[in-house]
Amino acid sequence: MISARSLFFSRSARTFLPILILVLLATAPVYASLYTLISLSNVFMYIVLTVSWAVFSGPSRYISLASAAFFGIGIYVSAILGNVLPFPVVVFIGGLLSFLVALLVGLSSLRLRGMYFTIFTFGLSELIRHSVHWWEVNMTGTVGRWVVAVDQTIVYYAMLIIVMMTVLVAYTISRSRLGFALRGIGESEDAADHMGVSVNALKIITFAISTFFMGTAGAVMATRWTYIDPSIAFNPLFSFMPVLMAIFGGIAQIVGQIIGATALTVLADILLTKFPYYYMLSYGVILVAVILFLPGGLMALQAPMKNWYERSFVK
Amino acid sequence: MSLTLFVDITVGGLILGGLYALIAAGLSLQYGVARVLNVSHGEFIMLGALATYSLYTLFDINPLISLVITGPIIFAIAFLIHNTFFQRLRRASESIGEFEGTSLLASFGLLFIIQNIALLFWGPDIKGYTYFDKQVNLLGAIYGANRIIALLFAVGIGLGFYFFLVHSRFGKGIRAAAQDVNTAQLVGVNIHRMLGLCFALGALLAALAGSLISAMFELTPFMGLPYTIIAIIAVVLGGLGNILGSLIGGFILGIIGNLVTYLHPGLSLIAYYAIFLLLLLIKPTGIMGK
Amino acid sequence: MPILEGKSVVKYFGGLVAAAYVDFHVDKGEIVGLIGPNGAGKTTLFNLISGSLAPTSGSIGFKGEDITGLKPHQICRRGIARTFQLVKLFGNMTVLENVLFGSLFGKSMTSARSTAETESSELLEFVGLSGMGHILAKELSLANQKRLEIARAMATKAELLLLDEVMAGLNPAEVDKAVDLVKDIRNKGTTVFMIEHVMKAIMGISDRIIVLHFGTKIAEGTPDEIAKDKKVIEVYLGLEAHAES
Repeated sequence: MISARSLFFSRSARTFLPILILVLLATAPVYASLYTLISLSNVFMYIVLTVSWAVFSGPSRYISLASAAFFGIGIYVSAILGNVLPFPVVVFIGGLLSFLVALLVGLSSLRLRGMYFTIFTFGLSELIRHSVHWWEVNMTGTVGRWVVAVDQTIVYYAMLIIVMMTVLVAYTISRSRLGFALRGIGESEDAADHMGVSVNALKIITFAISTFFMGTAGAVMATRWTYIDPSIAFNPLFSFMPVLMAIFGGIAQIVGQIIGATALTVLADILLTKFPYYYMLSYGVILVAVILFLPGGLMALQAPMKNWYERSFVK
Repeated sequence: MSLTLFVDITVGGLILGGLYALIAAGLSLQYGVARVLNVSHGEFIMLGALATYSLYTLFDINPLISLVITGPIIFAIAFLIHNTFFQRLRRASESIGEFEGTSLLASFGLLFIIQNIALLFWGPDIKGYTYFDKQVNLLGAIYGANRIIALLFAVGIGLGFYFFLVHSRFGKGIRAAAQDVNTAQLVGVNIHRMLGLCFALGALLAALAGSLISAMFELTPFMGLPYTIIAIIAVVLGGLGNILGSLIGGFILGIIGNLVTYLHPGLSLIAYYAIFLLLLLIKPTGIMGK
Repeated sequence: MPILEGKSVVKYFGGLVAAAYVDFHVDKGEIVGLIGPNGAGKTTLFNLISGSLAPTSGSIGFKGEDITGLKPHQICRRGIARTFQLVKLFGNMTVLENVLFGSLFGKSMTSARSTAETESSELLEFVGLSGMGHILAKELSLANQKRLEIARAMATKAELLLLDEVMAGLNPAEVDKAVDLVKDIRNKGTTVFMIEHVMKAIMGISDRIIVLHFGTKIAEGTPDEIAKDKKVIEVYLGLEAHAES
């Protein structure tokens, strides 16, 4: 008997469903409200951050907490160049500058492993935040900046394009020899080195690539917020959330990362409107619960769910 | 530079340094032995501080006495948290490296939870109380007596802790476990008990520091994170895993911080981070590390 | 002719001398054994050859080229591969993927994935792990893990294989199989330089043996010559009884 449920799990559904979703998203400005578009851009932003973060940190196990720095660079590029250059150029430069800074960061933090790398990236992100703040206060005289506004529909489409490109790049890397090498680095960097992988070069280039789309996303989102300052642009939450979202959804697969980012962004939206006082608290509980009981994230529920479905509905 | 100025900067630096040393030692215990880089460390400081505040303002309990009440309670809570959550995580991890990563993330969750429970309980407003702020004159520099007392207590607890680590059997066991868990087990250290006790001891030091802080600075549920960061920097400065080193690291940071604040206020955090990053790039093993 | 040559290799760790003016060479097609008491500097020497460490002074040459101070991946690309004392497999990858890794990134950098997969399957058969390609590496027994490490190293098309205590932790039956495998490796054309503590095994298959003690080479020669060498006997006092078991 063919039920709606069995259709859902079938192979054709798996190729058909993403296409359907993409079509719906691409035509959204036609039928959806402005509020929905804004919410969707928000979800796209977190998907970009999460998937980008996982491109490097996922397979290599080098947990970076510097995503906020690269996202923030994009934001500031938008703030500074927004009324000087056309929008697409600004977005590209946002990504490019992030990429270049990431190259520098990677080159200098070559030798750091494990915990040292993680706290280094966190310290770096915070140093940038405090330094920009100090600079703005003491040198430019203004803490916050205004960003040239851009039509919301353009923002929406820009984010949609960026998120699609991010997922495409992430997917290509994960299936490529580079992705394989990164997984080897994550499992045993010494062994990978001895098997011919130029570990330093690959780590640095992958890290840098992963930050490009973070920068572009920052440049786009800044135009939506219109007012930015260092605490907004380099907010450490932009470093922690992608990690939490990737773990929640399932860090090993891109689909999991997307689901995690989407689920938690939607959840945050709901919590902020209905129970603002419990929003951060719930996040904390979710994080601890996931780490303790569901280390593989939501994606790890696939197999048990399938078993349950088969036991309940398939005769 | 006048003598007054010198005393001002030095004593100020020692006060800050003493506090930072306690906080750093606490985190060093948690990371060095239990292998948990506890980013919610500052939240235990906050709990100690706000609990002392409440005990003083509601029940008129002397802040110095309240250490006796808040200390054991927070010790017990931290012990429980370790033995339920972190121990479970440890068993599920394939390697120590993996455990360090997941425990770091779990402690982030803990941060959110503790901070927001405190927020619900105490509210977001800035609080403070004055206790024993009679003016004391030290070679021309003027201090509130509460700060001097806090310094004395911090130094006292710090020294006591130092002697405990160096001369007592249990303390030596702790240092052994921090250096090499396996060898420590071989020479008879009961590791399983040690992990939880050290984690809880670390939280206790945090709570004590918090109580001392409550008499001197403003308090909010958000006050924790900056101290956590300072603790991390101090621990790395002293050498990850070296508990004595963290005491030294804390003192150095306090003195530098006070100096920088004097020279150019607002730059102290940047100075801390800059030192931190340079340290990681040049000598990540810290002052006392190999 | 020597495929590997070390001249006056010195390595200091702070005040500790791990290698003191060690001269060594391995000829093409040989099986050379490296023995010595614990702490003699054997693994350090391997680390110096494979690039994990750089010598304080001295030089190491491979196939006539100076490889002193090169990084591990550069040395791998020139044709030297190794196994590790504490097995360093890619635990969460499958057995086949582990070998594939060596094939794709090693000296040959096999370009076509399908060719690499065929080669890898053949290597798995060679080491005795056929049919286990889909199992996760971390789930293998220790003996099988050691075989896998060997297969992965060979997948890089190395001409010289550094085996670091492949027989440690194996029971006598497994040791015999390992000895056969090493012979097969040499017969396939790969030169072998191996560290071992299981005396019976290494004395049995080596063409030549080098003995280290406190970082110094104290003897070199055929297994028979080494067994009779006075210095070696002195150092290994009591080890002969151990070799019987």
